[in-house]
Amino acid sequence: MYSHEMIESIKKVEATRQDRIGADLRRMTADEKEQLLRQYHPDFVEDGFQSLQVGPNRGDKVPHELAELLQAESRLARMKGPEGMESFEAVLVAPDYETDVLVIGGGGAGASAAIEAHEGHADVMIVTKLRMGDANTMMAEGGIQAADKEHDSPAIHYLDAFGGGHYTNRPELLYKLVTEGPECVKWLNDLGVMFDKDADGTMVTTHGGGTSRKRMHAAKDYSGAEIMRVLRDEVMNRDIPIVDFTVAIELILDDQGKAAGAVLMNLETQEILIAKAKTVIIATGGAGRLHYQNFPTSNHYGATADGLILGYRAGAQLLYADTLQYHPTGVAYPSQIFGALVTEKVRSLGAQLVNRDGTAFMNPLETRDVSAASIIRECRTRKKGIGAAEGEGVWLDTPMIEMIHGEGTIEARIPGMLRMFGKYDIDIRKDPILVYPTLHYQNGGLKINAEGLTDIDRLFVAGEAVGGIHGRNRLMGNSLLDIIVFGRNAGRNAAALSKSVQTGRLTLDHVKRFASELEKAGIHPEKVSPLLLPTYTHGREHD
Amino acid sequence: MKREMVDVYIMGKKYTVPEELTIMGAMEYAGYQLVRGCGCRNGFCGACATIYRIKGHTELQVCLACQKQVEENMYLATLPFFPLVKKNYEIKEIEPTKQIMMHLYPEIYKCIGCNACTKSCTQELDVMQYIAYAQRGEYGKCAEESFDCVMCGVCSSRCPAGISHPQVALLARRLTGTYLAPGSEHLDARVREIKDGDFKSLMEDLMRKPIEEMKELYNHRDIEQ
Ligand SMILES: Cc1cc2nc3c(=O)[nH]c(=O)nc-3n(C[C@H](O)[C@H](O)[C@H](O)COP(=O)(O)OP(=O)(O)OC[C@H]3O[C@@H](n4cnc5c(N)ncnc54)[C@H](O)[C@@H]3O)c2cc1C
Ligand code: FES
Repeated sequence: MYSHEMIESIKKVEATRQDRIGADLRRMTADEKEQLLRQYHPDFVEDGFQSLQVGPNRGDKVPHELAELLQAESRLARMKGPEGMESFEAVLVAPDYETDVLVIGGGGAGASAAIEAHEGHADVMIVTKLRMGDANTMMAEGGIQAADKEHDSPAIHYLDAFGGGHYTNRPELLYKLVTEGPECVKWLNDLGVMFDKDADGTMVTTHGGGTSRKRMHAAKDYSGAEIMRVLRDEVMNRDIPIVDFTVAIELILDDQGKAAGAVLMNLETQEILIAKAKTVIIATGGAGRLHYQNFPTSNHYGATADGLILGYRAGAQLLYADTLQYHPTGVAYPSQIFGALVTEKVRSLGAQLVNRDGTAFMNPLETRDVSAASIIRECRTRKKGIGAAEGEGVWLDTPMIEMIHGEGTIEARIPGMLRMFGKYDIDIRKDPILVYPTLHYQNGGLKINAEGLTDIDRLFVAGEAVGGIHGRNRLMGNSLLDIIVFGRNAGRNAAALSKSVQTGRLTLDHVKRFASELEKAGIHPEKVSPLLLPTYTHGREHD
Repeated sequence: MKREMVDVYIMGKKYTVPEELTIMGAMEYAGYQLVRGCGCRNGFCGACATIYRIKGHTELQVCLACQKQVEENMYLATLPFFPLVKKNYEIKEIEPTKQIMMHLYPEIYKCIGCNACTKSCTQELDVMQYIAYAQRGEYGKCAEESFDCVMCGVCSSRCPAGISHPQVALLARRLTGTYLAPGSEHLDARVREIKDGDFKSLMEDLMRKPIEEMKELYNHRDIEQ
């Protein structure tokens, strides 16, 4: 239920609603956007960042929270027995698992990789932190882009993503993304993903922020869940081993410095297990649970940038690790779902962003970074936000959707949203909802080439843990696409490569080397990493 | 600000927690570091199925711990795993006939119509109805009716016939997606065009352009209405 202040403001929103429908809200010029971002986007808040002192990206700035983990101590160092790190090296000779392809992370990228590796006749296994599919992929609501309509083309898709990414996307990766997109949607379709279609089979596609063609394919507002359920089922149908509630805590390299497996830990028993592999694919996803700059997050519980830590410690370079995506429309109220995502599809369907006076202060289809910055400005500087228990927000005027597209649209197209707010007695068909930016997506990550390989031989990365595909800003719908395109790509290439691999002696020398570099740099880490899971107390210490 | 507090009993043990918290939040407030029973934290993954009863009432209720606010005198137990039956099949080799369900999940025909599944669904789906559709081989309807299933398994935990409803529904949805939904000609056509290299030179041209030219193109591209 809304507070008195909110209800008063909603009346103003209602008063202007009719006139706002069909109103032509001007898009910002390139200069205006540039200015806005510099002033208000969290990526530009200087004291949110620090320079790395150790490792392949020495001198580059990353968020404090990430820097602390990148330059933290190995979990193995803290666990070590009387013989130090050697006690772990001793067990490397007797691995608990041996496989051709080790996939770390059971989200959409990991599942796609595993399926293709299996298709390529490799032995493949998945280790994953929680259950298979407890992942950011499961939560994606909006949809997946692909240029498959007649008036669209991979070239237009390329331009949209390149401009949206501020011209910093790695061209060879973006090329792959847009040209393999349609085939990947077809792959999913043929596996049984129920895309929204017209009676004649035409895909129902909409705009997302920053698209110039309607190319967002969806499965109601459970797009990611639908994809994840099908991929997980397919992994199981193929009897691909899944080791769940088990995390990778270090990579293992061989004596040639090539990837050769991972040290695993059973999250429930803390047992250490060794997985030896001819090739390794990191598919560990994002970092929302690091709560950069204290933002709430839309991400799942296990999104703690582990893959970046593992890869970095082994010597793989990061790219654009200083850029995060703050989704403009996180839930600002009620507090139980604070930070949860309100899908961009709500804006694609016509809902506008409206301030406390009932004024639509921007075109709702600007890119995410611009929209987030604009909302922050509206609240912080212009003081046109509406107060909520935790911070403030602006209105997302959902009732407009049914005025534009007719009654029943909300239930048919965004039932998840209807249900999420309905649980707290807010009917989004009748009342607008309060939103504020939430930490949503890791634009940067480990650097790969078009094969999906990092600087380290036999080490692949796919999914949100990759940096470069989207440049410094990702468009909605391009991430679900990238996990399929690059997940499959990595799986295929890893399987092929594994056929010719002769793994040398397994070592953890890189872990020791990194520790001594920290020592030399005068860093005495308090933290251990990877983080694995966040800890929440909900203010217990203040009660 | 002093928070309103309520008493809850987590696996039978009493804790006093702020009343605005979800069950998941309350467990963390009480000091649990969750490993099981917590995934997306937002109602999508079904990791956090929970059974509860309010003191003084006899009725058992179910919910998702990340989606349900605590109440005074709530006795709760989490159901972090439920052993569903999952049958393997090759999607490319089966057909959307009635026989396939009979073959893979014959127990659906043992449904006694008690409706416990529907009453227990954390997503408020009409579970018994979608099972009825599956029995009749009406997979499209089963798929629609079950679409929002998060596979938490609570329905199956309550089923006297031992049906794994979420898996039945998943099979129906895959059959629908693969076989029953109409094909998309524009998609097939585009895949062919790309394979034939139709866009290759256009793309290569674009990728060779200097950034300034790309900016021009981007800033003046026409946007579909
Ligand atoms: C709420 C939400 C909505 C979104 N909506 C959209 C959308 O509409 N369209 C779009 O394109 N994108 C969307 N995205 C982004 C997109 O869903 C994700 O970027 C993408 O699914 C990531 O896939 P992934 O496989 O790389 O990572 P994930 O799906 O997160 O999978 C990573 C897996 O690795 C596991 N893991 C992590 N660390 C370890 C470790 N150390 N050892 C073992 N396992 C580990 C994790 O627990 C997880 O299971 C959305 C994201 C969120 C959070
Ligand atoms: S944690 Fe995913 S549904 Fe509750």
